[in-house]
Amino acid sequence: MTDFLTDGEHAFSDCHLLTCEKLTAPQINSLLDAADMAAELSRRGEPHTPYLAGKTLINLFFEASTRTQSSFELAAKRLGGDVLNMNVSTSSVQKGETLIDTAMTLNAMRPDIIVVRHHAAGAVQLLSEKVDCSVVNAGDGAHQHPTQALLDALTIRREKGRVGGLTVAICGDIKHSRVARSNIDVLNALGANVRIIAPSTLMPSAPDRLGVTAFTDMWEGVKDADVVMMLRLQVERMGGTFVPSQREYFHVFGLDHDKLSHAKPDALIMHPGPMNRGVEIASTVADHPRSVIQEQVEMGVAIRMAVLASVARAPKSGDGALKNTPRY
Amino acid sequence: MPFFARPPDLATQPKPTVLINARLIDPDSGRDEPGGVLIEDGRILDLGTQFRRNAPSGYEVIDCQGHVLAPGLIDMQVFTGEPGAEHRETLHTASRAAAAGGVTTMIVMPDTKPVIDQVALVDFTLRRARDNAIVHIHPMAAMTMGLAGDEMTEIGLLKRAGAIAFSNGKHSVMNTRVMHQVLQYSRDFDALIAHFAEDANLAGAGSMNAGELATRLGLSGVPKEAETIILDRDLRLVQLTGARYHAPTLSCAESVTAIQRARAAGLKVTCGVSINHLALNENDVVPYRTFYKVRPPLRGEDDRAAMVRAVQNGDIDVIVSSHDPQDADTKRRPFAEAADGAVGLETMLSAAVRLHLNGDADLKVLLRAMTSGPADLLGLEGGRLLKGAVADLVVFDPQAPWVVNREDLSSRSKNSPFDEHKMQGRVLRTLVAGHTVYSYARTNDLNP
Repeated sequence: MTDFLTDGEHAFSDCHLLTCEKLTAPQINSLLDAADMAAELSRRGEPHTPYLAGKTLINLFFEASTRTQSSFELAAKRLGGDVLNMNVSTSSVQKGETLIDTAMTLNAMRPDIIVVRHHAAGAVQLLSEKVDCSVVNAGDGAHQHPTQALLDALTIRREKGRVGGLTVAICGDIKHSRVARSNIDVLNALGANVRIIAPSTLMPSAPDRLGVTAFTDMWEGVKDADVVMMLRLQVERMGGTFVPSQREYFHVFGLDHDKLSHAKPDALIMHPGPMNRGVEIASTVADHPRSVIQEQVEMGVAIRMAVLASVARAPKSGDGALKNTPRY
Repeated sequence: MPFFARPPDLATQPKPTVLINARLIDPDSGRDEPGGVLIEDGRILDLGTQFRRNAPSGYEVIDCQGHVLAPGLIDMQVFTGEPGAEHRETLHTASRAAAAGGVTTMIVMPDTKPVIDQVALVDFTLRRARDNAIVHIHPMAAMTMGLAGDEMTEIGLLKRAGAIAFSNGKHSVMNTRVMHQVLQYSRDFDALIAHFAEDANLAGAGSMNAGELATRLGLSGVPKEAETIILDRDLRLVQLTGARYHAPTLSCAESVTAIQRARAAGLKVTCGVSINHLALNENDVVPYRTFYKVRPPLRGEDDRAAMVRAVQNGDIDVIVSSHDPQDADTKRRPFAEAADGAVGLETMLSAAVRLHLNGDADLKVLLRAMTSGPADLLGLEGGRLLKGAVADLVVFDPQAPWVVNREDLSSRSKNSPFDEHKMQGRVLRTLVAGHTVYSYARTNDLNP
């Protein structure tokens, strides 16, 4: 068995992973190094150090997500952890229980890690303030999705050998995207040049304040890019409120061979999934030899192993007493 | 322990009282001098420097020990939970919070369950206030049925029943035709229309100021234009109808400019701001602090500073607490799902004094916007230190430092954005119609 976690003074050592906003380059690289090694061990079929042996992880998904939830589950199981998937659609949450009550109930079961996805920005942080265990953000509204950004950075680093200095164009529904926000934070921390491309209706306010260059013309935005990262466009946003039609969106902002030809010849094609083929990405581009979409999925498991192992061994802030008197 | 009067005391004749050794501040006349006030039958019988040291015999003497004696505050926007949400606040608990904050008259908003849109409900509010409250209460009635923005209420009858003004509460009337009709009709009764301006469609599901912070937090933003578009529309309708119009809680410099333009054109328009928008800005929201979630949302520092300047220049007539009690069920939620609103009756004066001590605005100007400003707008007596005026008074020490602890607030709800804030300026005594309804200390010695 080979340990993939290493100790370093500047390595990531928090007990929660809630946001990428304050992650430093050494912290990010420590997670990427660990995940890189974990990925290699998995590929070789070697057993992993059971970092989560005897520990319990609860997957608490208020929004349905097959791939992220399975990715966390698989990561935890490979490290010897027990996993409980909370099916929120049949739980007391549907009966009007508040997020805080749910958090406190789960906390009383004394899990070691809770992985949370919620439709409201800030909900995961709120939950983390009410529990004693580690909390990992698996997506909170339009705010953050840290493991997605880390797996994207790892994929880029493995393909290109570095992240710093590369031009990464993120294209699509930036306004509502937690993937975009997390990626902007991580890529900026690692020294990439980040561009965002979206129609003005899907551009967040004050994009110039995010440390990125904003484009509303995709041909211009992908020009000479090293990486083109496409975002999913939610079906409910296609109906004329944000963009007039799927057809027009694909024509102007969908990644097809013509637009791709403006990027560097060796540009990577990325997508966090699930894809809408023919909406934000042409089917043939999705299956292009330079598409690393499948590798992203593989790196997702690796990154989650690194994150879970890391938060599991971090010292907890609590004194072991249950937090049953919440402030509001 | 502070002292609160019990409600029935207000019905009795107060003892003849003299407050001596005070710094008299009457924001309307500009009076600021040492002196005292003589009270009989609930009214100011006399006042001036002659009562600085000398108390005439036969009067109960209160020594103000050099602290400020000013007209009691008039708070033009207070939300309570009575009727319908008494677990958050009743007229009684709100009136105690008011008394503790030096507020002697509060205007309660029609956003209750049921909505105050019927004569019987105005009457209910007035009777409940008479029996349970320790400060004066006047209800604002709804201008449209159920605040739905579709049908006008009985503005004439409601006014006769005691509705002091008309509001659509926390909702804007989005139908321009309805708004036009309300303004037209209200003019016949010289009724004041206090309309919260926010374009419901543009604001959408927004939960904070639009801009960089909202983008970083992944929250949907409310742009300033949601306010200015409706305000501009209303001002055009006022021009068309000649109605009396008040914009109760503005949040940005552009809105003040719109009001200035309308006044220059001779329109009868006035405006207000909440103390939250003078004392706090959008940075306070980070990270997802729901006690700072209010409507309109807290704006950037530039706008906050502009609103303070507008108060100082006299462009803003009224400061309100916009007291809005919310409990854990509505506030302890993810930011976008949490209710708007902050309690403020008890901290409004201190927060205003802090602005003064920071050198941002004159104390008299700030006080005017909480006394004679709203009194004139609403046609209320009070708000002034004058012979014959009702003896609604507050004694406060503008220097006294204190730290807000929400658990100590008199309000039934504890959602104060000033929790743990360091304040300066403490209310020592509040008198309503000559009765001491609140005293920081139990005795006539004002220092605890």
